[in-house]
Amino acid sequence: MTTLALPLPKRPVHPTGVWSWLTTVDHKRIGILYGVTAIILFLTGGVEALYMRVQLARPGQEIVSPEVYNQLFTMHGTTMIFLAIMPMGAAFFNFLIPLQIGARDVAFPRLNAFSYWTFLAGAIMLKFSWLMGGAPNSGWFGYAPITGVAYNPGHGIDFWIMSLQLLGIASLAAAFNFIVTILNMRAPGMSLMRMPLFTWMTLITSFLLVLAFPVITVALIELMLDRLFGANFFVTRAGANPLLWQHLFWVFGHPEVYILILPAMGIISEVLPTFSKKPLFGYPVVVLSGVIIGFMGWMVWSHHMFTVGLGPVANSVFALTTMAIAVPTGVKIFNWIATMWKGSIDVKTPMLFAVGFIATFIIGGLSGVMHASAPSDAQQQDTYFIVAHLHYVLFGGSIFALMAGIYYWFPKITGRLLDERVGKLNFWIMFVGFNLTFFPMHFLGLDGMPRRIYTYDADMGWNLWNAVASAGAGLIAVSMLVFVANVVRSLMKGEEAGADPWDARTLEWSIPSPPPEYNFEQIPTVHGRDAFWAQKRQGVRTVAVAGGSYNGGEHSIHMPQPSYWPLVAPIGLLMAAYGLIYVSSIFGLAAAVLGGAIAMVSVYAWSFEPVNDPPETSEH
Amino acid sequence: MTRMIHHSIRHLGVALSILLIALLAACTPSHGQSTFDTVGPVARSQLVLFYWIFWAAVFVFVTVVGALLYIVIRYRRKPGDGDPPQVHGHKPLEIAWTVLPAIVLAVVAVPTITTIFDNANSPDQGALTVDVVAHQWWWEFRYPHPDESGNEVVTANELHIPVNEVVNVTLDSLDVLHSFWIPKIAGKVDVVPNNANTMWIQADIPGEYLGQCAEFCGVAHAHMRLRVIAQPREEFDAWLAAQALPAVDPPDPLALKGKALFEGQAQCFSCHTVSGLKKARGLIGPNLTHVASRGHIAAGELENTQFNLRQWLKDPNAVKPGNIMARDALIYKDADGGYSPLPNESLSEAQVSALVSYLRTLE
Repeated sequence: MTTLALPLPKRPVHPTGVWSWLTTVDHKRIGILYGVTAIILFLTGGVEALYMRVQLARPGQEIVSPEVYNQLFTMHGTTMIFLAIMPMGAAFFNFLIPLQIGARDVAFPRLNAFSYWTFLAGAIMLKFSWLMGGAPNSGWFGYAPITGVAYNPGHGIDFWIMSLQLLGIASLAAAFNFIVTILNMRAPGMSLMRMPLFTWMTLITSFLLVLAFPVITVALIELMLDRLFGANFFVTRAGANPLLWQHLFWVFGHPEVYILILPAMGIISEVLPTFSKKPLFGYPVVVLSGVIIGFMGWMVWSHHMFTVGLGPVANSVFALTTMAIAVPTGVKIFNWIATMWKGSIDVKTPMLFAVGFIATFIIGGLSGVMHASAPSDAQQQDTYFIVAHLHYVLFGGSIFALMAGIYYWFPKITGRLLDERVGKLNFWIMFVGFNLTFFPMHFLGLDGMPRRIYTYDADMGWNLWNAVASAGAGLIAVSMLVFVANVVRSLMKGEEAGADPWDARTLEWSIPSPPPEYNFEQIPTVHGRDAFWAQKRQGVRTVAVAGGSYNGGEHSIHMPQPSYWPLVAPIGLLMAAYGLIYVSSIFGLAAAVLGGAIAMVSVYAWSFEPVNDPPETSEH
Repeated sequence: MTRMIHHSIRHLGVALSILLIALLAACTPSHGQSTFDTVGPVARSQLVLFYWIFWAAVFVFVTVVGALLYIVIRYRRKPGDGDPPQVHGHKPLEIAWTVLPAIVLAVVAVPTITTIFDNANSPDQGALTVDVVAHQWWWEFRYPHPDESGNEVVTANELHIPVNEVVNVTLDSLDVLHSFWIPKIAGKVDVVPNNANTMWIQADIPGEYLGQCAEFCGVAHAHMRLRVIAQPREEFDAWLAAQALPAVDPPDPLALKGKALFEGQAQCFSCHTVSGLKKARGLIGPNLTHVASRGHIAAGELENTQFNLRQWLKDPNAVKPGNIMARDALIYKDADGGYSPLPNESLSEAQVSALVSYLRTLE
């Protein structure tokens, strides 16, 4: 390889500083980058939501114009789904999967870095649309034909398309990486049915990503061709049936819902056993129900379309499949509760969030059954009842679980515990604020308030609950401030965590906090589920494997080396995507071509990148 | 200890029931678009299903969350507690809680499917059919002409129907997606271009019922309202007969001046139809032949009074931001093509008065 006469720069060797973060391929650092970025973007999505709640606090207000309001709800939805919850999941995948399966990194460390930087490029693309002449304004599912040039001549939708394409590339690369990592890099003895639940859910989520994203990629390419090159996929005046978009979008969009909730379920399945000091009840059934949810997630997409006129046969089929998917979801909930039964329950903050998750997620699941019944849904579809439902699933579900995960793994990531008392305060303010915001939305929806309206008349009977919801949103904002304060304070003077502050069960707790770059001094051998618990309680030793041991020498553990290219390639992609939006101008065309060239050269250079180490140390 | 827990659970039960009653009270039927105050068979069938699932959901929620709270309280770790028995599962239990929800769901599935088919198939194919055409951001209603077959009677934003009769509805849109929804009469059906949708509705009590576009359709989506006016058959027939007549010339000289403006300088005719007026055949805005007979203007935003009509004509963007008249009509454009409320270069205050006066005669 080294004989190739390529004028490639040497690989970077920055142990610390900004460059070390820009060129890192360490899964733990990439996980931290994902997490911090996602939290910041979560706050921006929260600000967008607050604007909406202020506007709707009272009837007939004109705090934001309808144009801006339409951008706010589009950006809020797109941000929270693609830039907050998904990357927060990715943060946990990155940091935890190698630790949970007893590996030293992911299968493709540079691809992993590439995923993060491409995700960041997509986030920049979306968020900067606010400053580039207007954000997208057609809702997070961008139904045709209002996304067409005829109704949307600005560039907001183009930014939305390009951003989602970049995010799709990032997600696909990450998903392939984690599938290979989980299938190939497990420590000896860790059979699939011994994997921690979070690893299992990550595997299923990764398969969903790999299968779902190509569908929206196709839909977005068609929309791009319509908008930039005058094609007619969704142009109704040329005879298009706009339901094509809805089918494509929801064939992606419904699995996407499970992409958002399965990692959350994985986190809950880790937190509950640890704080109950019991193994997960019915492990095989919980795994299987996750797999079934993953499969059935593909059979329910048209329940988002009960009112579009698919006819009674299609509506009946999708009503039945949707009701059926409630069964494996229910099984998970019952197994979680049984996990706590006769346990020794320590209600620390992560556990508090996990219990809160179960209580609120049930509400989201039950309202889900209400609109699985298509006739009942005819009154609920596109009303605040749906807004309530989806927030009970994505906030009461995903966000609560992610908060549980942050409080649970923060000591592993940073070496310090988050403050317990502030954490409990954080939980209760968020829990009350959340329910105050979203429970009244059920009433609003059933009282006939459609979603996506920027204002309403005073005589509709919606004043009280809108005011309550807006007050609740303020509380959620306060809870986030408490959270950020807790993180900052604990980073500086939090209690030292040690390797295993919770008396936990899985392998990541068997190594120091924060873990060393190489994670495991010795690659462990696994003899059953909850390997670390078994080691602690039954003295089942994790034996070193040949070739994987640490003998104190600096080069004895081969670690992947940093690289510039995973950073440079996404810069090229960002330029190309930005250029494509203005492709009708010479400047846009030039940017697109140049960006594409940068991306291609980077990938080429990446493939032939030299290794700094002498060859004898890179033995696997 | 155990007794205390039982006690607190009983309290919890009481609190939950109070909460439930508050919940139901929260959705008071008096609200204009409440889905609980149904006046027709379609909405009623949808509400019945909602209640089925709602009570099942309440049962599941109380049971499961009750169990959750009981367990969290009962099995809290106490100082000196050792490890609990490491139970890995219980097959019969796991099978039970897979099968039980499946049975509950099957019970809900049966009425769901029968209702889906009932609501999809009109019980009276030969009944009155109204063609609904949704526009950004108003509703057009086309009735078969009572006397001349093949002709239509066109009105906007207020849908008159005979009470206690099935009315078939066809739904079409010439621009983006909309959704036709009158909560007290029937759940929504989307209006999708190039995808002819149909539904049937029926109101059992005479009255005026509010509805609203439920699918995001652009800037003025929040202002795309409609009313259904259910009236006894004779009243409905009389209304339709009156709507079928062409407009007559007003006797009042001010109104005549307004008519001349309508057909001339103000260019209203290029977007609006007034049947009986040769020039006024525009199809972009609502048909105004009998606009004065309607209770509201601007897609339900304003009551149809002289004052409001004047407000609407003078500054449509203030009433309904982003509407197409304010955006496209030449009389609202200043020299730079920007929006300019009336009076302006195009129309004087006196000319606005004349137009209002004319429109008020179109009964």
